[in-house]
Amino acid sequence: MHFDSFSDFIAMGGHAFYVWWAYGITFTLLFTLTVVSVRRKKSLLKEIAKRAQHEDKLKQMRKDKKTNESKT
Amino acid sequence: MWKWLHPYAKPERSYQLASTLLPWFAISSIVLLVIGAVWGLAFAPAELYQKEYYRIIYIHVPSATLSMSVYMAMATAVLISMVWQLKLADAAAAAMAPIGATLTATALITGAIWGAPSWGTSWVWDARLTSYLILLFLYLGVIALHNAFEDKALASRAAGILTLVGVVNIPIIKYSVEWWNTLHQTATISKLSAPSMSSEMLWPLLTNILAFALMIGALTLIRFKNEVLARNAMRPWVRELAAKVGDK
Repeated sequence: MHFDSFSDFIAMGGHAFYVWWAYGITFTLLFTLTVVSVRRKKSLLKEIAKRAQHEDKLKQMRKDKKTNESKT
Repeated sequence: MWKWLHPYAKPERSYQLASTLLPWFAISSIVLLVIGAVWGLAFAPAELYQKEYYRIIYIHVPSATLSMSVYMAMATAVLISMVWQLKLADAAAAAMAPIGATLTATALITGAIWGAPSWGTSWVWDARLTSYLILLFLYLGVIALHNAFEDKALASRAAGILTLVGVVNIPIIKYSVEWWNTLHQTATISKLSAPSMSSEMLWPLLTNILAFALMIGALTLIRFKNEVLARNAMRPWVRELAAKVGDK
């Protein structure tokens, strides 16, 4: 361990402001990118499922229409 | 000889491979990021002139070098897509752009923070900083083009052309510190035989570079999978996956 105490470590020899801001911003940005990328999968699959359901509905409606027409 | 590669041109096969690889990249990168951060922040010795704030190097250098590597990887994917018409390469290129942009922004921000105490300024229009700022704009342009068209193939072609043109900027960034008399210092670790850095400082830096590289790998896999899903939304295997999520 380079520092004598934990408060020494936090103080960074009087340059805490620069060091912690640099590390903080970096890891916040990278963490945000990770969360956004992971969440995107779920929303994508939901969108695709919605579209599939919509298409199935349209197909069913067309089928019903055809059978009704053939009856009359 | 390379025929075993052929099945991976199928999106489903590649998607599965990405899913298998992802946990390995994710876990190893998290472990190494923690080791690298603790090593660099708490155990590496202080620098002679900059004392403690030189520790910004442990995130600045990995972000900066790897943001350029990501750009070259993205350009390679674009080239593969253009020469062999491999659609999966487009998905890979689209997946990498936001990762590269984030790393470039990170390197610029940490550089500005580091510049304040060491140079007395956060920004100068010197060759290294300016050419590197252009890299950020290139990434943002590529992302914008990917999102500008409904048709993914067209979007990838437009973004791909910008990507390939932008490759010119990479050697300019790399050699800017040698070609011009810049405020930014020259590379510290390019000559591994004689690095201008003590090994106590060098090892945590190399650890962090590896950690960032693995993290980029994990992020690329996550985003690549999303791109494959979006580009194959009509395929039965994607529909099946979607149906499972939709049921919940």
